[in-house]
Amino acid sequence: MDLNLNSQFESGNSPLPDFIRNSSSQRSTSSIQSIYSKTSGGHAVREVGFELGSKPSVRHGSRGADSERFSSSYKEINDQDARLVYINDPEKTNGKFEFARNSIRTGKYSILTFLPRNLFEQFHRVAYIYFLAIAILNQLPQLAVFGRGASILPLAIVLFVTAVKDAYEDFRRHRSDKIENNRLAWVFVNDQFQQKKWKDLRVGEIIKVSANESLPSDMVLLSTSDTTGVAYIQTTNLDGESNLKTRYAKQETQMKNPEKEKISGLIKCEKPNRNIYGFQANMEIDGKRVSLGPSNIILRGCELKNTNWALGIAVYAGRETKAMLNNSGAPSKRSRLETKMNQEIIYLSIFLVILCTIVSVCHGVWLRLHKDDLVLMQFYRKKDYSKPKVKDYNYYGWGMEIFFVFLMSVIVFQIMIPISLYISMELVRVGQAYFMIRDDRMLDEASNSRFQCRALNINEDLGQIKYVFSDKTGTLTENKMEFHCASIGGVDYSGGKALAEDEQTGYLARVDGQVFRPKMKVKVDPELLSLSKQKQTDEGRHVHDFFIALAACNTIVPLTVETSDPALKLIDYQGESPDEQALVYAAAAYGFMLIERTSGHIVIDIQGEKQRYNVLGLHEFDSDRKRMSVILGCPDNTFKVFVKGADTTMFSVIDQSLNSNVVKATEDHLHFYSSKGLRTLVVGMRDLSASEFEQWQSSYEKASTALMGRASLLRKVAYNIENSLSILGASAIEDKLQQGVPEAIESLRNAGIKVWVLTGDKQETAISIGHSSKLLTSKMTQIVVNNISKESCKKSLEDALLMCKKLTIASDATGGGSGSRMTEIALTIDGTSLVHILDTELEEQLFEVASKCTVVLCCRVAPLQKAGIVALMKNRANEMTLAIGDGANDVSMIQMADVGIGISGQEGRQAVMASDFAMGQFRFLVPLLLVHGHWNYQRMSYMILYNFYRNSVFVLVLFWYTLFTSFTLTTAITDWSSMLYSVIYTSFPTIVVGILDKDLSRTTLLRYPQLYGTGQRQESYNAKLFWVTILDTLWQSIAAFFVPLIAYWGSDVDGSSIGDLWTIAVVIMVNLHLAMDVFRWYWITHAAIWGSIVATFICVMVIDALPSLPGYWAFFHIAGTELFWACLLGITIAALVPRFVVKILIQYFGPDDIQIAREAEKVENSRESRDAEIEMNPIFHPPRR
Amino acid sequence: MNSNTPSSSAGGIGSADTTGARRNSKRPKYSRFTQQELPACKPILTPKWVISAFLLVSIVFIPIGVVSLYASRDVVEIVHRYDTDCIPADARNDKVGFIQSPRVKTCNRTLRVPKYMKKPIYIYYQLDNFYQNHRRYVKSRSDQQLRKTGSENDTSACKPEDNNGMTIVPCGLVAWSLFNDTYNFTRNNQLLAINKRGISWKSDRDHKFGKDVYPKNFQNSTLIGGAHLDPLKPLSEQEDLIVWMRTAALPTFRKLYGKIETDLQAGDFINVTLENNYNTYSFDGKKKLVLSTTSWLGGKNDFLGKAYLTVGGLCFFLATWRSIIFVMESESRSLNKLLTDILVNAFLGTT
Repeated sequence: MDLNLNSQFESGNSPLPDFIRNSSSQRSTSSIQSIYSKTSGGHAVREVGFELGSKPSVRHGSRGADSERFSSSYKEINDQDARLVYINDPEKTNGKFEFARNSIRTGKYSILTFLPRNLFEQFHRVAYIYFLAIAILNQLPQLAVFGRGASILPLAIVLFVTAVKDAYEDFRRHRSDKIENNRLAWVFVNDQFQQKKWKDLRVGEIIKVSANESLPSDMVLLSTSDTTGVAYIQTTNLDGESNLKTRYAKQETQMKNPEKEKISGLIKCEKPNRNIYGFQANMEIDGKRVSLGPSNIILRGCELKNTNWALGIAVYAGRETKAMLNNSGAPSKRSRLETKMNQEIIYLSIFLVILCTIVSVCHGVWLRLHKDDLVLMQFYRKKDYSKPKVKDYNYYGWGMEIFFVFLMSVIVFQIMIPISLYISMELVRVGQAYFMIRDDRMLDEASNSRFQCRALNINEDLGQIKYVFSDKTGTLTENKMEFHCASIGGVDYSGGKALAEDEQTGYLARVDGQVFRPKMKVKVDPELLSLSKQKQTDEGRHVHDFFIALAACNTIVPLTVETSDPALKLIDYQGESPDEQALVYAAAAYGFMLIERTSGHIVIDIQGEKQRYNVLGLHEFDSDRKRMSVILGCPDNTFKVFVKGADTTMFSVIDQSLNSNVVKATEDHLHFYSSKGLRTLVVGMRDLSASEFEQWQSSYEKASTALMGRASLLRKVAYNIENSLSILGASAIEDKLQQGVPEAIESLRNAGIKVWVLTGDKQETAISIGHSSKLLTSKMTQIVVNNISKESCKKSLEDALLMCKKLTIASDATGGGSGSRMTEIALTIDGTSLVHILDTELEEQLFEVASKCTVVLCCRVAPLQKAGIVALMKNRANEMTLAIGDGANDVSMIQMADVGIGISGQEGRQAVMASDFAMGQFRFLVPLLLVHGHWNYQRMSYMILYNFYRNSVFVLVLFWYTLFTSFTLTTAITDWSSMLYSVIYTSFPTIVVGILDKDLSRTTLLRYPQLYGTGQRQESYNAKLFWVTILDTLWQSIAAFFVPLIAYWGSDVDGSSIGDLWTIAVVIMVNLHLAMDVFRWYWITHAAIWGSIVATFICVMVIDALPSLPGYWAFFHIAGTELFWACLLGITIAALVPRFVVKILIQYFGPDDIQIAREAEKVENSRESRDAEIEMNPIFHPPRR
Repeated sequence: MNSNTPSSSAGGIGSADTTGARRNSKRPKYSRFTQQELPACKPILTPKWVISAFLLVSIVFIPIGVVSLYASRDVVEIVHRYDTDCIPADARNDKVGFIQSPRVKTCNRTLRVPKYMKKPIYIYYQLDNFYQNHRRYVKSRSDQQLRKTGSENDTSACKPEDNNGMTIVPCGLVAWSLFNDTYNFTRNNQLLAINKRGISWKSDRDHKFGKDVYPKNFQNSTLIGGAHLDPLKPLSEQEDLIVWMRTAALPTFRKLYGKIETDLQAGDFINVTLENNYNTYSFDGKKKLVLSTTSWLGGKNDFLGKAYLTVGGLCFFLATWRSIIFVMESESRSLNKLLTDILVNAFLGTT
């Protein structure tokens, strides 16, 4: 089964389009590999090994899309691609060509480069280029429509504001860089360690780091305070994982002390790259050649823990360190609304071109008709008589005039393309993000983590989600593993659960007067506990071996933690896999306490007796074998191999003939456990004869010192030793559901969102979690697809499709619309089948089946398959998808989906780093989508439509006037007013409304999840609404323009005065239009809307108070006449009445859900307040919550 | 427009949160602002509000409409087109040639006063088809030059009338094309005095046209555009120029020529002696002489009154329509019941 899957991946046929593979492998190559550890039940071993000295650099799960990329790392590094670092000889190292110094610069600009670079970056936006192009056009004397100042002002304002923001951010970066660069490190110079600033550190120098210090650069370990050369590090700054990791110094260098003897050697390593989990190098020292892997290097930003000191040699410094190379921003996605909006903007551009064409053609016709009059017309005066030679004045012929008029009209009508909209949208999204981040209902109190907005441009997508793809472990569940029960030797020990009273403290170990106690308590089965204390019986021995396997076959590091009681010490098991931690804690609880681990041996306290086991070899977990094994030299001088792994691969290496009853019983138990939603592992062992051991040892050593193809050689060795095992038993680990998950899923389902679960777990586990999380209900019809060949997949898909159709027809027959409730279909499909389906012609069928199902569970899926499924639905269904996950294995899916959400949980921060939004708990998805998503979508949709309207109405008013100026683009409205229109006169209210307005209260939205459907059906923004808006715009512009035109026709009104009337009329109209659509009036809304109108009056007055402008004092004259105010009132009402009437008609004849819910809200509020009064009167009413 | 009850849904949740804050220090203090629970007014278009809004509009609009219609009807206006009639019959084939020729262009017209006209009576000239808002034209002026003697040479915008060897003051096409027909009125052979003072804006005289700026080299190039200016009078006193320089918004416009400070009786005949100098013949422009009284709403224009009546009437009709529906509805069942029914259908039926 698995081999199929492998070949699929190895052939490079990953079920992902190329671009994702590239992007995801660029960003988190490592994440994709490490995933496999999780998918098969907790063998997450990433880069720890226990071989003495030469540790093979095994890459876990290094197959699939990455295998080719990384196959190179097994090859000899050739000299051209290598970086040569001479140990303790920075001069020579940097002699040939200088490697980067250790100073870092995250700041983008210096004082000198700020202006050009910042401008350059700002002009990357299309909007600004448009602005700039228009402004430049306007500078040509023939085309100067606006005054120079006026035409540049808006662009200047925007550029200035952005530049100030950028400068401030950069200043902060510079400050932190400075602090970072001036930190001190101990560096070996002139035969002694001296303090040196970080920025002066050079590649090739020897650095000494003490406990709890940060690493100044990437360094290869030479020696540590631990005699075996172990160093523990914490990588919180790098990937957020807080558990300790182990790194090793090579034996060849461990004993050397630079202060006593001179160390010299040469390290040949890869060029700097951003793969933080990979490193490939070899070191020549004392004539020997030693290979170095990822476990020998410590990266900048890590902290040294539990190790007094460590010596290392800097290999990458400054900007070439892996930490700095990985410093890249969040991925940028574009929201669906914005994509749609860009379509309408194309319509608007066409509209703009049409307007400009009309003007220029009419102008041409006018010129043609009057061509003989032009010379004498007082207002045209074609010829210039001032010079002796009479020439045409500013007239370039008929054709050119048309062309110039066209360009000029583009300048005048420029705001038809709502450039300011892009800037307002950014501001609004920042505001919306602020409120999402500050929302107390999305604050995870356990981890005190707030909601995070990492991507700022897809807020509104949250309101249109149709599919949610969820990871299981850590997302639906807490990923806090607890040992639940075990099946040992064919006997199920899952009976008693309670801790015996006297055993409350759990198991204690006494060593040298010190009492050790595991940090976490585990519930024990009393029967098993008593068995574990017997050594004589067969069962007892079985149990003994089982727990030895649990305690030994892992990569957990025990750490002792001091407590307030000096005699008592807690043992904290640190490791990368929570499953392993749970197993070791369980073993400890049953009296098999792992006390000490060094690279060569482990010490286990067995029922109070300290036993030392030599760890002779360890075959790490990899995703092909899906198991790991450890070869132990026991105190009685026997050799044993212990193996633990996923059942699928373990049963093939277990000798079934040995005791078939036990195997059979264990299989039954496994089935039972997984149906309860437990994660299972099978444990086996074998005694090795001396010859077997020797044979293994020689091949193991050969493999691990091999310079080429080390990983595959080691795998071969592992295959050889891991066979004909006898079964010990199986363990079951419980992963609890997160709080509120069933309710959240219920809400999402009611909201019309389809929830899919994609998990690496077994089918039974997945289904049982599905039941407990209410994803699956007993009423649903389940379809299961798990096949091993393409043909059978095809067949089962066809069957499934038939079944779906039958059920749909049946439900139609029985009870029409409401009957569809009865026949919900759930599809369960496994990874092996997906191998045959994704990327083949069967995709279409899967899509058809899946889109008919309410729930889809995908189990045993690989990370790239997760992304493939997301891509399938995203591309075919053309619906919005959301992926939520917490682990590195979800990264590709998170990046694939329209919206990616990371759970900031137990498994590090890779998912969060790749996500658009991050939060603490799965259940926060409900307020995020139903409340914030709904609001954001509604707000943003309205804002876009409103901005289209706002700009077009102004352009149309300008256009109408052009028709009365013989098509020469004179504007009655002053230049300054046209420029300030979208900057000051009308911008604030729409931003405020875009951030603050709420169509419905949070309570209502949560109570009726169905209201979410408005976003899915795109009710707030669609082509129909766009065209209706355009019609409305047309009418309003006509009202605003023609009322003054007719009222003042044939009067002595001058251009500036009527221009002021138009300006003010449009501004009032546009702001009242917004006011009419506001759902909730806060004081801020009032301030913004009325403030804008007042600001417009003030601006118009100020402009008209400048005697240097032709329109001097015009406003004060016209505002003194009654006709002005009569026009204003008339325009406002006449313009807005049709919209108001349509609103009422829609409300009366076809109210939408939101309208109904709003009215219900109102009715309820008044009823509640009435009820409250009645209730309050007779007795004191205790608060309900 | 509608309801005004400030309400907030913060209630229960809010108070629960504040007590929570005391127990758990991690939870930040509850803030109405960050939780988006600021007190707000949630207007809803209930039938009552809709009907009241429509009624309010019609109550305001219909009276205004009636009043402005009356005001417009009260205005007495005499409009007399003379551009063709003032061309001698022999020159009508070549009007442009006539107007450019040095012939005498005096012309006598008689106007009859249809109704009693109360002083002041405004004399306007009206030009049709004259694009004073043409881009080439409006831009061809220098406001700096008009204000200060120091900025005399600030004529870059004035082309093609900026200088003809010497700087022209006032420069530009606008000033160059100054209207130069003149009118004299007699009634019963008595000269009617025309008051030409104060026809321009005071703000223009005080701040826009300099008291120490005198016309220079004006109208002395090959092509004469219009009137000459008295070089001894400062620009601030050249009121005809000031009026002309306020370029009109629309291609059909009037400019104030002067005021008659006597009442005119119905049936009076007024003889106008006019100098028909201005060339509008080259572009088929019409010239009209207008005598008009004024009202609070300005000149004679029925449009606004009619528009107000239409909008007011429409709103009244809408108010009636909505009321009828409302009454019919209330008879069958109460609004709340209706809402509940709709809700039940919407939320329970479709899920």
